[in-house]
Amino acid sequence: MLEVDGGIVFWILSFVILVSGFMVVSLKNVFHCALALVLCLFTVAGLYILLDAEFLAAAQVLIYVGAVAILLIFAVMLTSKLADKRITQSNEQALVGFFICALFAVAAYLLIKFNTIWYPLAKSALPSDNILTIGKYLMTEFMLPFEVVSILLVAALIGAIALARTEKS
Amino acid sequence: MIPYLALAAILFSIGLFGVMTRRNTIGILMSLELMFNAANINFVTFNKYVVSDGLVGQIFAIFIVVIAAAEAVVGLAIVLLIYRNWKGIDTDHFTVMKW
Repeated sequence: MLEVDGGIVFWILSFVILVSGFMVVSLKNVFHCALALVLCLFTVAGLYILLDAEFLAAAQVLIYVGAVAILLIFAVMLTSKLADKRITQSNEQALVGFFICALFAVAAYLLIKFNTIWYPLAKSALPSDNILTIGKYLMTEFMLPFEVVSILLVAALIGAIALARTEKS
Repeated sequence: MIPYLALAAILFSIGLFGVMTRRNTIGILMSLELMFNAANINFVTFNKYVVSDGLVGQIFAIFIVVIAAAEAVVGLAIVLLIYRNWKGIDTDHFTVMKW
C-alpha cells in the first residue's frame, strides 16, 4: 500500500468520497442523490481535518452540509414529483461521457504521477494556530476580497429573491 | 501528497461526468458542487505540502466555498423560475433559445 499521510483513515475517507460521489451522479432518484451528496461533503470535511485545515472543515460542515445541501433538498422537493423516480436521469450521452471522464481521470493521474516534480517551496510547517492565522489574514492581507465577497453575498441574496418571487398582476 | 491529488482528480472527473450526463438541472448543480470540492481538496493539499509557510490556500478554499454557496442560491432560484414557467426542470424541456 502506498505511503500516505493519514494512513488507513485516508483510504477509508477516500473510498467513501468516491462511492458517494458516484452515487450522486448515478442514482435514479434525485432525493437520494442529495443524501449521497451530504455524505460526500461530510467526508470531504474529514479529509480537511487530515490535512490540518480545521477551520475549513468546520466551515465545510456548516456551509455545505448545513446550508447548501438543505437548499438543494428544498429545491428537489419543490420541483420534482418524487413519484416519477423511475425516469432515467442520464441522457443518451452517458456512455460517451463516461469514457471521456475516465480518460480525463487517467490522464490527470499520469500527469500528477510522472510528469511533475513536486517539491516543497517552504521549509516551515503549517502554522499550528489555524483559526488565529486565518483571522489575521482576513483582516490584513485579504481585507479587500473579504469585503468584496460580502457584497457578492448580498447581491446573490437580492438576486435570488428577485428571481424567485411571484409577480402580482 | 500524490494520493490526495489523485483523489481530487477522480472526484473532479465524477463531477464532470454528472454535469455532462444528468437530465435534471438540480442534478447538474449537485455535480458542480462535487467539482468545487475537488478543487478545494487540491488547494488544501498544496497548502500543506508545497507552500506551507502560510494559510493562503485555505483562505482561497474558504472563498471558493462562499462563492459556491452564492452560486447555488442563484442557480436554485433560476431552477424554481424555470419550473414555474415550463412545468419541469429537465434540460430537454427548455429549448426556446435553440434554433
